Amino acid sequence: MSTRNIFTRPARLAAIAPSLWMLLFFLVPFGFVLKISLSQTAIAQPPYLPVFDLSQGIDAIKAALAALSPDNFKLLISDDLYILSYLRSLVVAAVSTSILLLIGYPIAYGMARLPKRWQAIAMMLVIIPFWTSFLIRIYAWINILQHDGLLNKVLLALHLVSAPVVWLSTDSAMYLGIVYSYLPFMILPLYATLAKMEPALLEAASDLGSSPGSAFWLVTFPLSLPGVAAGVLLCFIPIVGEFVIPDLLAGSNSLMIGQTLWLEFFTNKDWPVASAAAVVLLLLLVGPLILYDRLQRRQLERA
Amino acid sequence: MMASRAVNRFSPFNAVSLALGFAFLYLPIVILVIYSFNASRLVTVWGGWSLRWYDEFFHDGAMIEAAWMSFRVAATSATIATLLGTLAAVALSRGERFFGRTLFSGMLYAPLVMPEVITGLSLLLLFVALNAERGFWTVTIAHTTLTMCFVAVVVQSRLASLDRSLEEAAMDLGCNPRRAFVAVTLPLILPAIAAGWMLAFTLSLDDLVIASFTTGPGSATLPIRIYSEVRLGVKPEINAICTLVVALIAVVIVVASLVSKLSNGRGESAAPL
Repeated sequence: MSTRNIFTRPARLAAIAPSLWMLLFFLVPFGFVLKISLSQTAIAQPPYLPVFDLSQGIDAIKAALAALSPDNFKLLISDDLYILSYLRSLVVAAVSTSILLLIGYPIAYGMARLPKRWQAIAMMLVIIPFWTSFLIRIYAWINILQHDGLLNKVLLALHLVSAPVVWLSTDSAMYLGIVYSYLPFMILPLYATLAKMEPALLEAASDLGSSPGSAFWLVTFPLSLPGVAAGVLLCFIPIVGEFVIPDLLAGSNSLMIGQTLWLEFFTNKDWPVASAAAVVLLLLLVGPLILYDRLQRRQLERA
Repeated sequence: MMASRAVNRFSPFNAVSLALGFAFLYLPIVILVIYSFNASRLVTVWGGWSLRWYDEFFHDGAMIEAAWMSFRVAATSATIATLLGTLAAVALSRGERFFGRTLFSGMLYAPLVMPEVITGLSLLLLFVALNAERGFWTVTIAHTTLTMCFVAVVVQSRLASLDRSLEEAAMDLGCNPRRAFVAVTLPLILPAIAAGWMLAFTLSLDDLVIASFTTGPGSATLPIRIYSEVRLGVKPEINAICTLVVALIAVVIVVASLVSKLSNGRGESAAPL
């Protein structure tokens, strides 16, 4: 016991450098987002007012504080564009996470039942796309889905359609892209819980007269719920803020909030409104983020 | 006896879901790779095998420059991230309870799922407020912030599965904590640290959104260049570049898995999550 304690102190010291880094580059920046979300847009460099100038003394800072206003948030609430973007993001994230769970679960389940030796290979096969560039995988789908792309060629050759179908710039293409990109994020946590499950449990259920189907719903599925929760959060949270996939695959008539924020920032150069949009997005995600944090902590820190 | 074994058997349903799942994951990438060797300028017409798009890429100065920038950012940020992430993992798994622990772990886990638009925007606003010149270093810092969290998780899960009595034995035998760490713990977690570095490297190489926010004029990374080309439509040269990136990443993963196989013998693979 005492030797453990000798180790604890230097281990705590190890926290100093990473926590300073994360404070400066992760936590403090949110303060700037909040501050600029309360500022006014200006044609200046940087494009917002007021700018805090510490050299001007306390009065200038007071004046700058007084100039902060919630106008950008009022704009977000009053303009349909933003409300619709938030709603669309939540709906898209919920729908794609459900599809991911429906597709990912059988795959993870199949992997967990492979002979041990093959499980390592299957795991590798899931991880490789996870490590491969997001952008490249979306680009691969653009190749396939374009007007004279492979999908339309195959469909025409099989006489399933009589004219090429428009796939790009549709919601179906976007859902396909999201499900494709996030599938490894769903499979890996599901597989991790399913692989740990004791086979004897199912044998016991079956000895006690349960059919394979009811054994699955009474034993396997409830025990895999932590994996389900991890997979769902790991997909849902980033999908709500997704930018690249809807930008490249969906049409431009309805935007997700990530796209709206990008547009405000890069095209309209309206940094204050973009910041306010980020603050609201963060508020929407606080609940899921805390849940994810708890889950992650429990998983990594069970001593 | 037979009946109870059957419950755990690999069923045809399992086989079909695995086959369909892996086909779905791999078919698009395979098609992309094949078409990168297409001689025809029309991406959809097969004109025979050719390396002409690779040749075109190697003569595209702007693309090469962006690729080199991405490579430098990825190598630098992965190295810093591995150092910081490993320290964080050690603190979390061996530091017991300490002041600010909840905040500390929260700051490490949140970026794993945080939408990139938020991380990118907030870092940019910080850099602007600090009046930092945007370019190589701002992107590198941004990527380090994101990827050190992944390194921390990978190393922490390895530390959690280690038998702590090994460290205790070393200290009972007279090692001080630093010696025990260097002689016992470090060699055991080295595969996870290596896997963490490679994961950080590929994540950085891959990132578009955070890099777009934090980079400055004239220093585009490869994904930024690819993205602006892709928005204009499919070009065969992009197929070639993507194939090269996929090949690079595949080599990294195979090396990572060999390293972890060789060093822990039991064949545990270094899973990134």
